[in-house]
Amino acid sequence: MAFKNEDDAKAYWKENLSLMLKLLVVWFVVSYGFGILLVDVLNEIRFFGFKLGFWFAQQGSIITFIVLIFLYVRGMAKLDNKYEVHED
Amino acid sequence: MDIQTLTFIIVGLTFALYIGIAIWSRAGSTNDFYVAGGGVHPIANGMATAADWMSAATYISMAGIIAFAGYDGSVYLMGWTGGYVLLAMCLAPYLRKFGKFTVPDFIGDRYYSQTARTIAVLCAILVSFTYIAGQMRGVGVVFSRFLEVDIATGVIIGMVIVFFYTVLGGMKGITYTQVAQYCVLMFAYIVPAVFLSLLMTGHILPQTGFGGTVSDGSGQFLLERLDGLSTQLGFAEYTEGVRSKVDVFFITAALMVGTAGLPHVIVRFFTVPKVRDARRSAFWALAFIAVVYLTAPTIAAFGKMNMINTVNGPDLQGVEYDNAPSWIKNWEKTGLITWEDKNDDGRMFYSGDERNEMTIDRDIMVLANPEIGDLPAWVVALVAAGGVAAALSTSAGLLLVISTSVSHDLLKRNLMPNITDKQELMYARLAAAVAILISGYFGVYPPGFVAQVVAFAFGLAASSFFPAIILGIFNKRMNSKGAIAGMIVGIVFTFSYIVFFKFISPELNNPEYWLFGISPEGIGTLGMIFNFVVALIVHKMTGDAPQDIQDLVESIRYPKGAGEATDH
Repeated sequence: MAFKNEDDAKAYWKENLSLMLKLLVVWFVVSYGFGILLVDVLNEIRFFGFKLGFWFAQQGSIITFIVLIFLYVRGMAKLDNKYEVHED
Repeated sequence: MDIQTLTFIIVGLTFALYIGIAIWSRAGSTNDFYVAGGGVHPIANGMATAADWMSAATYISMAGIIAFAGYDGSVYLMGWTGGYVLLAMCLAPYLRKFGKFTVPDFIGDRYYSQTARTIAVLCAILVSFTYIAGQMRGVGVVFSRFLEVDIATGVIIGMVIVFFYTVLGGMKGITYTQVAQYCVLMFAYIVPAVFLSLLMTGHILPQTGFGGTVSDGSGQFLLERLDGLSTQLGFAEYTEGVRSKVDVFFITAALMVGTAGLPHVIVRFFTVPKVRDARRSAFWALAFIAVVYLTAPTIAAFGKMNMINTVNGPDLQGVEYDNAPSWIKNWEKTGLITWEDKNDDGRMFYSGDERNEMTIDRDIMVLANPEIGDLPAWVVALVAAGGVAAALSTSAGLLLVISTSVSHDLLKRNLMPNITDKQELMYARLAAAVAILISGYFGVYPPGFVAQVVAFAFGLAASSFFPAIILGIFNKRMNSKGAIAGMIVGIVFTFSYIVFFKFISPELNNPEYWLFGISPEGIGTLGMIFNFVVALIVHKMTGDAPQDIQDLVESIRYPKGAGEATDH
């Protein structure tokens, strides 16, 4: 057991899941929400030369994905340190 | 210098580079061969993953598909990038901590069952072979187009090169050649896009040019112009789709989940030294992939507009065939463009209704773009080198999965557990060699369904591996019976649905007959849902996994204590 006690192990896993779920909600809303389900509504809005829904489907969602993974990597590194389960 | 000579020089230089790297990074052990000794830097691994990921199909076809499908093409853009979010957060770090060589290794050990391992091996080989058949064909097409040899010769040249660095270098050789291949293919993809963007909108960044105004002084936005032209010519509006929402949703999901379940992508995350590196590596992989994926839709829009303008002329009256630009005549020779003068006026016309006189294969978009845009000869040569790099890198990655599945999962872990590391390495090389010969055969004599196999591979990966791995990590009580039942139901359902609509009754392949309006491309998502449901129900009825397995699952949930990927 790498954790100090059973409670730490549970708390670490809980925080991990909650970070993951939060980011996955954004992932879902931006790609499936903005890019597919709500695309017609958002297409009424102009974003430079783009219809907004179209922009999310072909550009915005991909940019969001990168940001999400970046936040995850940073958040998990912090969490590993907090519970002292990081490597080396 | 003419285009032909330049192409020979540039492609030749890249070959020399790849082979040089292969010799420098020979594999000495199974550890080197399977996971590059587990010592690859996350940025290098990210680049290698990106090259592995972007196949000849992505490089050659994707922008073309988007150009012709407009908004509907977004499923590929979101589907083939969004999967990395799932990989980074739900799979990669845990599988890395688990620390074995292959996906069947994880499934077999986590579900304490040889049956589960064998099913996983069969799925891995099936998915990889369906995927690779098309890649070798891609190599052949690019070679024959740009080096002016016939397709069979092109495939053989490709086979020899891939053979050389896969058999010699294994994962180690592949990883470092893929880093080089990524650089070549990214550069080759972006240069024409920048040229076209400057030419058409005055923006140096294609991504802003895409949303910019056309540089003819009219002040009209490029996409607005494209929408207008599309409607006038009887196409659907470029920025609106024609597929149903349900179908777009399911296809996107199948591609995303399929990405996260593809064995040749997952195995990448076993090659880095630490769990934290596996997470970082997923970030870098997506960042490098995104460079190309954010450019593809711009190439699609620029290309489509250019194509309409050069065929129909600025006044939309059609250009006289005798004055046709040279790219049309060049590509007519390949049969990928045809013109039929229906109204006998001697002018070409391209539209989406009965006035149309042109048949244009969407695969030529990327390859012909530099010619359509009248770009310098070295850009054309560069695009050829990029296409070759894309095809070679993906083939190599898939071949490695096949050879690993045979030598490690099938022989070492199943049939011949007593072989030494040296013998296993020899079998791995032998399996790679045989796999290259088989895929080369498919490249020269493609089965009729090559174009459809990509959807196949993704659907199968989504409906088989993904749920088993997710449940294996996030539900520690999940047992072997549930996982096996789920995998079988998922893959049998998906396989049958695709085979039915694509091969048995292709005449019924339209929304009227589809289950819930889901096309065969998107059915993997439903197969995945069935897999999850069946696994959970069977688990409820058959009791929890043994305590030692639950402890194992607990231990992969935090990074501390991760060793190198090992055998036992």
